[in-house]
Amino acid sequence: MTGGGGIDPRGPRFTASVTAVLLAAALVVPEAVATALVAVLAVLFAIGAGLGVQRTPTGVVFRTLIRPRLTPPADLEDPAPPRFAQGVGLAFAVVALVGYLAGAVLVAQVAVGLALVAALLNAVFGFCLGCEMYLLGARFRGARATL
Amino acid sequence: MTGIVILALAALAAVGFGLYRRHVDGRFVPHADATPTAWDQVAAATPSARAGELATLVQFSSAFCAPCRTTRVVLADVAAQEDGVRHVEIDAEEHLGLVRALDVRRTPTTLVLDAAGHEVLRASGAPQKHQVLAAIAHSAGAPR
Repeated sequence: MTGGGGIDPRGPRFTASVTAVLLAAALVVPEAVATALVAVLAVLFAIGAGLGVQRTPTGVVFRTLIRPRLTPPADLEDPAPPRFAQGVGLAFAVVALVGYLAGAVLVAQVAVGLALVAALLNAVFGFCLGCEMYLLGARFRGARATL
Repeated sequence: MTGIVILALAALAAVGFGLYRRHVDGRFVPHADATPTAWDQVAAATPSARAGELATLVQFSSAFCAPCRTTRVVLADVAAQEDGVRHVEIDAEEHLGLVRALDVRRTPTTLVLDAAGHEVLRASGAPQKHQVLAAIAHSAGAPR
């Protein structure tokens, strides 16, 4: 459990909203456009996972253009959980990209659909994906270690 | 065409699950005690922990968990304010045996133990202060 340096919690949710729109678009545009969109998303997720959500283009837009127009946040949050979620998004985006490039469109669309569920849960409900997955993963790993 | 179907399913799934969680999160519900008692399990795993004379709030947290921090603040506040109430926080990852023994599935999960160390109620997701206070009152009044 990291003690947070503190970012505005609305930043990651703004990023998730933009991500959700792009993912939804990828499901309805022609395949070639979808491939390009997913490639762009993969790059955004990679930046978010590597450097933190606040350093993604959407994070920068939030900080420079949107946040100054909002009242200050009630609380700051730890940047680590959103960063973990970006890593999960990256995994889905890579699967989708490989799917599109290999012609496995259905696989790609399912991966995009799953990423969209996560992005919507985050954007609309402020849902914490890391909380869910991290413990399940630890329990799974722990169970295997005791076998 | 399949893309639109997947989009609709994704939107439905997100809204449905989100509303369900919004309903469940922070809500204290009855939960069966562990054997011999929940506190016995906690004390075995974390020998330095101390129970409250009235109630103990046992919080399971993990890394990458923003609501865990919120929960910690709320529970610590209640423990400071209420006599006989103690807050014990446990890193789920470091105590996987305890996590399994107490059937903890998500973080944050907050267990309310009564004066005898029996689990009475638990909540997953971050509870609000008034929910915690009501849970303690319920557990203190519950016949054992």
